[in-house]
Amino acid sequence: MLGRLTIDAIPLYSWVAMGGAAVTVCGGLAVFLLITYLRAWKVLWTDWLTSVDHKKIGIMYVVLALVMLVRGFVDALMMRAQQAIALNSEGYLPPEHFEQIFSSHGTIMIFFVAMPFLTGLINIIVPQQIGARDVAFPFLNSVSLWMTAAGAGLVLVSLVIGKFSTAGWTGYPPYSGIEYSPGVGVDYWLWALIVSGVGSTMSGINFIVTIVKNRCPGMTYMRMPMFTWTTLCISILIAFAFPALTVVAAQLALDRTLGFHFFTNGDGGNMMMFANLLWIWGHPEVYILILPAFGIFSEVVATFSRKRLFGYKSLVYATACIAILSFTVWLHHFFTMGSSANVNAVFGIATMIIAVPTGVKIFDWMFTIYRGRIEFHPSMVFTIGFMVTFVIGGVTGVLLALPPADYLMHNSTFLVAHFHNMLIPGALFGYFAGLNYWFPKAFGFKLDAKWGIRSFWFWIIGFYLAFMPLYVLGFMGMSRRMEHYADPTWQPYLVVAALGALCVLAGIVCIAVQLYVSAKNWGSARDTTGDPWNGRTLEWATSSPPAPYNFAVIPEVRDLDAFHDMKIRGAAYQAPVQYEDIVMPKSSGIGPILGALSFVLGFAMVWYIWWLAALCLVLSLVCVGMRACDDASDFVMPAAEVARIENARLAQISMADMHDMRDFMPRGAASGAALPGRA
Amino acid sequence: MTHASERSLTTYLTGFVLAVILTAIPFALVWGELLTGPAVYIVIAVAAVLQVLVHLVFFLHLDLKHTPGENLFFLGFAAVLIFIMVGGSLWIMMDLHHRMM
Amino acid sequence: MGEMSVTSELLEHEEKKSLDSREFGFWIYLMTDAVIFALLFATYVVLAKNSAAGPTSKELFDLGHTAGETALLLLSSLTFGMATISMSEDRLNRVVQWLIVTLVLGLGFLAMELIEFHGMIAQGAGPETSGFLSAFFTLVGTHGLHVTFGSIGICVMIGQVLVKGLTLPVRSRLIRLGLFWHFLDIVWIGIFSVVYLPGVM
Repeated sequence: MLGRLTIDAIPLYSWVAMGGAAVTVCGGLAVFLLITYLRAWKVLWTDWLTSVDHKKIGIMYVVLALVMLVRGFVDALMMRAQQAIALNSEGYLPPEHFEQIFSSHGTIMIFFVAMPFLTGLINIIVPQQIGARDVAFPFLNSVSLWMTAAGAGLVLVSLVIGKFSTAGWTGYPPYSGIEYSPGVGVDYWLWALIVSGVGSTMSGINFIVTIVKNRCPGMTYMRMPMFTWTTLCISILIAFAFPALTVVAAQLALDRTLGFHFFTNGDGGNMMMFANLLWIWGHPEVYILILPAFGIFSEVVATFSRKRLFGYKSLVYATACIAILSFTVWLHHFFTMGSSANVNAVFGIATMIIAVPTGVKIFDWMFTIYRGRIEFHPSMVFTIGFMVTFVIGGVTGVLLALPPADYLMHNSTFLVAHFHNMLIPGALFGYFAGLNYWFPKAFGFKLDAKWGIRSFWFWIIGFYLAFMPLYVLGFMGMSRRMEHYADPTWQPYLVVAALGALCVLAGIVCIAVQLYVSAKNWGSARDTTGDPWNGRTLEWATSSPPAPYNFAVIPEVRDLDAFHDMKIRGAAYQAPVQYEDIVMPKSSGIGPILGALSFVLGFAMVWYIWWLAALCLVLSLVCVGMRACDDASDFVMPAAEVARIENARLAQISMADMHDMRDFMPRGAASGAALPGRA
Repeated sequence: MTHASERSLTTYLTGFVLAVILTAIPFALVWGELLTGPAVYIVIAVAAVLQVLVHLVFFLHLDLKHTPGENLFFLGFAAVLIFIMVGGSLWIMMDLHHRMM
Repeated sequence: MGEMSVTSELLEHEEKKSLDSREFGFWIYLMTDAVIFALLFATYVVLAKNSAAGPTSKELFDLGHTAGETALLLLSSLTFGMATISMSEDRLNRVVQWLIVTLVLGLGFLAMELIEFHGMIAQGAGPETSGFLSAFFTLVGTHGLHVTFGSIGICVMIGQVLVKGLTLPVRSRLIRLGLFWHFLDIVWIGIFSVVYLPGVM
C-alpha cells in the first residue's frame, strides 16, 4: 500500500539529521501558520499561485531561489565546519551524512537556486525588454514554475522522510546504481532532476518562441538588449541540453527501479556512457547559469557608466559563439576517465577556445566603463567585483583545460575552487546585481543601497577567504569531498575557509536585512516614474510595478537602447489618442495542480508506491487533456480599464521626476552645439 | 505557416511511394543477404537519410521558400547538435572501448 | 454591436498569433524530442553488442515482423495526410474517417510491438537481461510510448472535431498532431535502420 515507506524513514538515527528535519518541518509549518494568520489563502491562490502573469511567476521563482539559497548554504556551513575540525578526527558528521550534504549542496545550488534565480529574472524582465505583453505560453510558464517547485519539494522532503543521495550532485553509477545505493537517496535525486528538468525544458521552449515571435515592431534581433540576447541563447541551450539530462536520469531510474543494465557493473552495462551523457547536459548547463549573469552585467555596466554599451555586436557574436561551443567541450569534465590523448586533446583545445569570447566580453565591459560617469550602485559594485574575481576563475579554467594539468588537479579542491569561482562571483553576483537593479521594477520601490553594498563586501571577502585556500589545497594534494584528513598542513587553510563561509553567512544576513529594511521604508524609496536609474532599455518604460499588460500601447522601436532613444526624442510617457482593448490570459489552477501531482508522482516513485504514481500520471494526463480542449483561455480587458490604469500612472509623473537627457546629447567639443548622431 | 497549397493528394502519394521504395531497398538487401560487408551499412544509411528527407519534404511540407526561417534554423541547429552529440559520444565510447581491450 | 465585433476581431487576431506561436513552439519541442531519440540511439549503438551471454539481436529480431510494423506506420502517415487534405477541404466527416483509419493503423502497430515485446520477455530476453536489451526496449519502447500518446491525441482530436467542428484552434491542433505523427515515422526509419536491419546481419 505504501511501497517501501515505513516509519524508519524518519531520521531518528542522527541528531544532526533530526535537526535538519525539524527545521524543515517547522519552517513549512511557520509559513502555513503565517498565511493562515493573515487570512491570505484566497488571495495567495487567486492572485499568485494560479497567476500566469510572467512578472508574478518571476517573483515566485526568485523567492524559491532565495529560500533554497539558505537551505543550500546551511550545507556549505556544515561542510566547512566539518573540514575545519576533522584533522585526524571524525569531526561531528559521519561520512554517510557528509556525503548526503555535499550531494544536496550541489544539487540544490545548481537546480534550485541558480536555475530558478535566472529563470525568475528572465521572466520578470525579458517580455518587457522586447516590448511584449507576456511570454508566448503563459500557462506553460506557470506549469514550469510549479514543476521546479515540485523538484525542490522533493529535495526538501528527503530531509524529513528518508535520506538524500550520497553520490554527489552528478550521481555517477555504478555507485549510484541499485547495487551500491539501494536506499531512497539517489531516487530522490533522480526524480527531483527529472521533474524540474521537464519544467526547465518547457521554459526554454517558451522563451525561444517569446523572443522570436513577440518582439515589438522595430525591434530587430540586433536591437535587442544584451539580457534578451543572452536569454535567447540560453533558452536554446536549455531546450537542447536538458533532453540529455532527461535521458540519462531516466536510464539510471530504469536501472535502479526495473533492473535494467544501462550502467551496471555486469550484464553488459557501460558506466562511462553515464558520465558522457550527463556532461553533454552538464557543460551547456554551466553556460546556462553564467550567460544571463553576463547579460545582466551588460545592462548594469551601461546604465551606471551613463554610456552606451561598448561593442554590442561583438557581445552578441561572443554570446552566440559561447552558446554553440558549449556543446563541444563536455569531455573536459572527465579527461581522467580513460580517453586517449587524441580525444583529450580535441576537447582540451575546444575548451581553451571557448575562453576567448568570454575574454572579449570582459574587454567590452571595461571599455564601457572607461570614460563613463560611474555610479556605485550595489548592482554596479557587484559587477566590478565580478570582473576582477571571475577572471581569476577563468584562467584557472584555461589551466584545467590542459589534459595533463587536469590529471593533477581533477577532483582536487583546485577544481572546487575553480567552479565556485565561476558560479559565485560569476553567476550569483550577476543575479544579485539583477536583484538590486530590477527590484524597483518588480515592486515599485528601491532596495536599500547601504545594505546592498554591505552584502557585497561580506560576499566578496567571504568568497576570497573561503575559496582561495582551496586553490592552494588543491596544489597541495587535497581531494574534494573529504570528510576527514590526516595532513596537518591543510588545516590552517581549511580554518580560513570556514571563516570565509561565516563571512558569506554575514552577506546572506545583510541581504535579508536589506529586504526587511527596504520593505519597511518602501514609502521613501518609491519609484514613481518606472525608471529609477535612467535606464536605456524598454523595461524602464513601464510603470513600477508594471500594469498586468506591461504596455498599453505596444512600442515602436527605432534603435538599440530603445527607451534611451525614446527619452531623447521626447517620445517617452506619451499618452495615445485612444486606448484599445487588451487580450489577457486567464489564470489557471492547473499549473499548481500539475506541480502538486508531479511532486506526489516523484515521491511515489521514490518509495515504490506504484498505484499512487499511476494515479498521478493519469490525473496529470487528464489535466493536460482538459487544457488541450480549452479554447476560452483569454479574457478582454476593456479600453476603459486600460485608460484608468494608464491615466493614474501618468498623473504620478511630473517633469521634475523625469531624467535630464541633455547630458546625453552629442555636442561639438569646441562649439558646444548639439550634433546629430547617437548618444 | 501557409497551409493550403502543399497539401495535395499527389504530394502525399509521391512521398508514400518514394518512402516505400527507400524502405524496400535496404530491407531486401538485408533480408535476402544480397550484399555483405560495409557496403550494406552504407546503403542502409543513405536510404535512411533520403527517406527522412522524403518525409520532411512530402509529409512535413518542408520548403526552403515557404517554411519560416526560424523553423529551418532550428531544424538545422538540431541536426548539427545531434551530429556533434551522437558523433562525439560514439567517438568517445569507441575510443574507451579500444583502450580497454 | 460595433464594440462587440471590435472585441471579437481583437480576440480572433490574438488567437491567430497565438496559434502561430504554438505551431512554432511545437516544432521546437519536436527538435528537443529528436535530441532525446538521438541520445537513445547513441546509447543503443554503444550497448548493441553487450548481450552479456544472453540472447543476441540476431537470435531475437524477425524482419518480417519489423516489415509489418513499418508498413502499418508508413501507411498511417499517408492516412493522416489524407485527413489533413480533408481538413483543408472543410470535409469534417472525411477528417474523422481518415483519423479513425490512422488510429486503427497506429493501434495495429502498437499491437504488433506488444506481441514482439511479450514474445521476447517470454523467452527470457526482457530488458533486465543485458545492456543490449535494456537499450533496445528503452529506445523502441520510448517510440512506442510516443505512438501511444499520439493515438490518445487522435482520439481527443476526433472528439474535438465532432464537438467543436473545424474551428481555427482545432485545425491548428490537428496540424501539430500531424507533425508529431510524421515525426514518429521519421524516428521509426532510424529504428529499423539502426536497430533491426544491422541487428540481423
